[in-house]
Amino acid sequence: MTCGAAFIYSTKFLDYHFHSDHPFNQRRVLLSKDLLEKNKLLSKSDITEPRMATEDELALFHDKVFINAVKRAGTSDLSDDECMEYGIGTEDTPAFPNMHEASSYLVGGTLTAVDSVLQGKSEHALNLGGGLHHGFKRKASGFCVYNDGAIAINYIRQNYDLKVLYVDTDAHHGDGVQWAFYDDPNVCTLSIHETGRYLFPGSGHINERGIKEGHGYSFNLPIDAFTQDESFTQTYETALREIADFFQPDVILTQNGADAHVNDPLTHLCATMETFEQIPLLAHKIAHQYCNGRWIALGGGGYDMWRVVPRAWAQIWSVMKTGDIQSGDLPPDWQSEWQSKSPVTLPVTWHDEKQIIPNIPRKDDITEKNDKVLQSALKYTNNKLNEML
Amino acid sequence: MLVEEIMKTNVYTLPPTATVADALQLLKENHIRHIPIVDTEQQVIGIVSDRDVRDASPSIFADHTNYQAFNNEIQSIMSQPVTTVHPLDFVEEVARVFYDEEFACLPVVSENRLIGMITEKDMLYTLIQLTGTNVQSSQVEIKVPHKPGILPEVAAVFGKRKTNITSVLMYPYNDDPNYKILVFRIQTMNPLPVIQDLRDAGYNLMWPNNIAEPKV
Repeated sequence: MTCGAAFIYSTKFLDYHFHSDHPFNQRRVLLSKDLLEKNKLLSKSDITEPRMATEDELALFHDKVFINAVKRAGTSDLSDDECMEYGIGTEDTPAFPNMHEASSYLVGGTLTAVDSVLQGKSEHALNLGGGLHHGFKRKASGFCVYNDGAIAINYIRQNYDLKVLYVDTDAHHGDGVQWAFYDDPNVCTLSIHETGRYLFPGSGHINERGIKEGHGYSFNLPIDAFTQDESFTQTYETALREIADFFQPDVILTQNGADAHVNDPLTHLCATMETFEQIPLLAHKIAHQYCNGRWIALGGGGYDMWRVVPRAWAQIWSVMKTGDIQSGDLPPDWQSEWQSKSPVTLPVTWHDEKQIIPNIPRKDDITEKNDKVLQSALKYTNNKLNEML
Repeated sequence: MLVEEIMKTNVYTLPPTATVADALQLLKENHIRHIPIVDTEQQVIGIVSDRDVRDASPSIFADHTNYQAFNNEIQSIMSQPVTTVHPLDFVEEVARVFYDEEFACLPVVSENRLIGMITEKDMLYTLIQLTGTNVQSSQVEIKVPHKPGILPEVAAVFGKRKTNITSVLMYPYNDDPNYKILVFRIQTMNPLPVIQDLRDAGYNLMWPNNIAEPKV
């Protein structure tokens, strides 16, 4: 019997911690959860405790040698050569104590979310601890060790045999998940991100469309640096609607990196909270239109953990739970709880004032370029749709 | 980089007595644009392009198509003598030949025998590898005075942070001969510490730059 949504959470998510100066900080999940609780949107009965993913489950995507390397990295030292080979011990993904266990809990969280939705315990499920889309088969990269999204998709394919639409709105290209299903026509990936011209990882061109049977099932929307709300949401909405119509998914898995925001230190996009309201609203709509509501949402990037991530992620849950976004003032006890710990002034409202956006002289050019990207990315979907008519 | 490192060794050839129809089929089946014509000793005696073959084919507008044209021998339309390159030639030299001679393809010949082909497309692919955009990385652009020792000076900043450099390009700054732009692609998702170090050291960053001005 379906009843609403499941919020997957455990304090074990906070153990995924590189070091105190690292931009990726899972306290974001706690801040988001606390905001929801103080706003009376989340109660104990909504929360599902995750399990730890088993090694066999990790091996649905990762090589055993890599899993072993992660296990050893968490307890002892890897050699320099091994560090290079497996992407561990770099500035981006340094080793930390019990790395394997902490990473396995994030994956377990996503698998718990999948089971909750696909076993009919809830219509939607949210694991803000997941969304680590840069992880590769045998290499950690870009703050990601195990790729919970890719593991979850293989898990869905193997146990439930459903067609999966993966939608990635992180400002960085969802490369790990894209390459994992590049030749698979049963998994459609859509990533909207800042162009890789300057930004990590550099991939995610429009012409990365998949290979072999999977050709035409990989979509990329590399939008320009300094893109603002209007152009971002317009591009995202048109693409998601058309691609969902073309692909007819059975279940939607979204990665909700919150680093496209103007305040984010690592990227150069200029979105405000408006974008992070539209993203879950449309995902929710599409899930009900095509998938009987089956929607699993994950976290992801987001490096302004005080001003941006808690509000953006809380809106996903709000949409799952109430069907709508929150507006007006944030609960004041949330600010009083966290302000003393935050180096920046915490926001007081759910939305952002437009003044936080700098003046971008090239706004019209950027919008025009993004439109072209959109048309080009959807070139073949349009053709296929026309053929069917 | 040497020609033998980037050439294709799986080459489709025809004998001089093959027909225009044979050539057309070979081009179509293998998605290629050039066919080297070789004798029994694998010596290159001519070359035909897809355009040569099309010129020799009947027009799609002709009312009474003369299919005889397809039966002409390929040696009647092949270009000769053929400019070839050696496997140990430098890729830079080959690029020069492509540019000057306006060829799109060169047979690679060693000891008078055809051993490979190199095309403009292979060249461009190599160029993409040289830019480093084919591996996970972030880009940083720095304007520096054009003087000896500047490159190791800047590179040391990355080295100190243990940031792996994927590729380095150097190009002119507009028309000003006193400056150069250094483009680094570095293997990190978080370039902020390195960027801070570069700024602290007084380098002029072209990207990321702070062009965004406050609205109010």
